[in-house]
Order: sequence, then structure tokens, then C-alpha cells
Amino acid sequence: MIVPILKFNMSSSMIQSRSNNPKKSVAPFRRHEPGTQPDYYYPAYRATRLRAPSQPLIYLPNTLSEVTGPVFGHSSVHPNDRDLTLQHAGEPLGERVIVRGRVVDGDGHPVSNSLIEIWQANAAGRYAHARDDHRAPLDPNFTGTGRTLTDDDGFYSFVTIKPGAYPWRNHDNAWRPAHIHFSLFGPAFVTRLITQMYFPGDPLFAYDPILQSIPDERSRQRLVSKFDLETTKPEWALGYRFDIVLRGRESTPFE
Amino acid sequence: MDFTPTPSQTVGPYLHLGLTDTRSISRIAGDGAKGERLWLTFRVLDGEGAPVPDAMIEVWQADCEGNYAHQDSYEAGSAFGGFGRSATAQDGSCTFETIKPGCVPGPGETVQAPHINVSILGRGILKRLSTRVYFAGEPANATDPVLALVPEDRRATLLARPDRQLDLRCASSWRERDGIFRCVITGNLPCRAEHERTLD
Repeated sequence: MIVPILKFNMSSSMIQSRSNNPKKSVAPFRRHEPGTQPDYYYPAYRATRLRAPSQPLIYLPNTLSEVTGPVFGHSSVHPNDRDLTLQHAGEPLGERVIVRGRVVDGDGHPVSNSLIEIWQANAAGRYAHARDDHRAPLDPNFTGTGRTLTDDDGFYSFVTIKPGAYPWRNHDNAWRPAHIHFSLFGPAFVTRLITQMYFPGDPLFAYDPILQSIPDERSRQRLVSKFDLETTKPEWALGYRFDIVLRGRESTPFE
Repeated sequence: MDFTPTPSQTVGPYLHLGLTDTRSISRIAGDGAKGERLWLTFRVLDGEGAPVPDAMIEVWQADCEGNYAHQDSYEAGSAFGGFGRSATAQDGSCTFETIKPGCVPGPGETVQAPHINVSILGRGILKRLSTRVYFAGEPANATDPVLALVPEDRRATLLARPDRQLDLRCASSWRERDGIFRCVITGNLPCRAEHERTLD
């Protein structure tokens, strides 16, 4: 039994708005350009070998089911959730950093009031997770999870600790570059994005099959944050800028 | 400026830390949500049929009248939000308590049969896998415009079936009620030997 995997893509000619009912008209989301997203099957990343689809994907028209998505209000986020250094009695060890950026859609319009969730290893490269057995210390003052909503202009910021690199047994002497996991929803079920943010100049990039699974070098660079003096706070923390682009719509439906 | 969408990356093995340890939503329909109540169990298996114990399922569905709780129609604190997410257990399964969605408008004048939209995320999954769950025995399936795109011999794999014998250990705290449907779907991520490059 193999469940067909449906792709959230279909030529716009498949989409007809219901002219007699404007509320039901649907503006489809744009397809990704070739090479800008990872393939499912990337054997250098060993876990894809048994988890990538083997059957041809089926293109899925953008219907109401795809262009709608869950709404998360301010009640789902606590103000301290965006500062990962304030979640325990004491301060976590490591290099304090501010990660700030803007979330926009494929036309550059801000994605406002949208939920972002992050999680990461501590400064020693250890996750506060039962399945992480890396021989590096846990930090009692660091859990490594945060959440926030983007503001009206699509901006967000987190205060955290720069995560350490860690070994992961994918291949001989395999180490993940330092990264922060990002989860975003955007306005629709098809704009859901889970990704990882890296830090500039990491020597492990070339050896990391997860980053290298993205064919296009320019697209890989989109996951590398940039040091940002404007975000950096004097006598306190370095700032990094990480902008995120979610899928945009093909066009406005005529009603 | 270039607004090419940001690339996806795997959710990794520690997704629970950020997404499900405290932010799991397995009860999509709370008390008072209208509609036919059901439990929907997924089981995620890899290409060799082994359970995937570190995946996450997210679901998005309409209410019993076919309306999505989206933007304008969203009400904070309502009994039905339409979104759920859960990590898989050691046996690759996770279970949601929800209600059966109604029919949803499709392209043109078509009507979509009751269905639940599904994302599968996990270690080894570099970008979200999307699929849908339909309900076995539903007359509207015959004219559903999306199900029609699936080759006929594979359509049955998208159907959830009532299963009154299903072991619901993970749902033991939930109350038994009359009329509960227990549906199971097996999601099988196929094996490498059959792999074909995707069209993305």
C-alpha cells in the first residue's frame, strides 16, 4: 500500500473561479523554480533512501483546501517565548545572539501576524531532547525553543544562544553545521515551510548533505543568515539577519 | 530584490522539542463541535515497511458544513479549529479526535468529497509531503475532482476505513461515545528501488 503524494501545484488553467460566488474564488500559489528546493531523494542524506516517494507525484489543484490555513492569534504566544535566554532561573551559557528578519511572500509583500516556531541545540551542540545522546553537556538554563508572531510589516526577532555543531552518524565523521530550525505557517496550508537557518562562514557547509540537498548554490545561500551590525546591540549581543520568503500567488482571481 | 521562496529543510529528529512536546494538537474537535465525531489514526511506514517513529503529521480540514476556520471565519476559542498536529509514536502511529468534514467547493462547479489535508514531516523528509485522506464508502468520492487525478488503482490507498478493533492505547484518556468511527490509514513512504525523480 503506497499512499499517493499529491503536489500542491497545478497549472492555473485548472483553476476556475466561481464567478457567481466571489467568496469561493481561489488564487493559486506559484510553483517552485527547478533547483531552488531540495529533492526528496538525496542518497548522501541517508535517511532519504527509505523515506522519499518512489511513485510519480500527482499535481494537486489549489482549491479552498490548499489556499486556506490555520490562524494563530496572539493568545498562542507568550511575550517571553521570543527570548530563549529568559526561560529559566539563570542565564544560559554561550554566545548570546539576536536573530532578526522579515517574512515576505513571493511578491515581496510582508507576511504579517504569522506564527514562527524555532528550536535548536545549546552552545555545546546538545539538544534538550531524550533521543540526543551526544556526549556534550546539557544546560539547565536552556531549553532551545521559541515562538513569535511576525509584526504588521512581517518582521520578527529572537534572542538566543548561538548553537554548537554536533555529530550525527550519517556518514563517517559527519557533523551538522550550527543551525536553528524554523517553522512557519504563512497564510495557507501550501505556504507551510520548515527550514533551517545557518550562520555565515561555517566550514561544515560543504560537508553537510542536508544543506547540499538544495541543487542551486544561490538557493543554499538563502539559508545562511548574515551578520548585521544594525541588529547587533553594543556591549550585549551580535545580530544576524535572516529573511524568509514564502510562496506567493500566481495572480489575483477575477471575480 | 529576488523573492524566490526560501528552501525547505528536514524537520530533523528533534522536532518534538519545538513543535509537539507542548504544542501538539491531537484533539481537533473540542466539546460542542458539531458533526459526526471520529478518531483518525495514521501509521507511517518507510519503504521497507518499518514504522517511522520520528515523523510528524499535520492535518487541516473543514468543519462539518464544509467551511474552513480561515482568516475572516476564524473565531478564537471555538470548539473547532480545523488544524491538528502530532508526532508519531514508536509504532509509527498517531491519532486525532475530530469530526467528519463536510463537502468543500472544488474548481469550477465541482464539489470535493469530505477529505482531510495532510502533511507528513520527519527526519529524512527534506520537504513537506502532502496528501489527503478520504472516507471509504462516501458517495461523493465518485465525483471528487482531486481524487479523479489519482490513478484508479491507487485511489484506495487514500481511503480511511472504519476499524472498530483499532488499538487506541494512545487515546485511552478520551471518552468513549456512541457513533465514534475509528479510521485507520497506512501511509507508506515507498522504497528506494522504485524511486523516480520528482517533477519539482
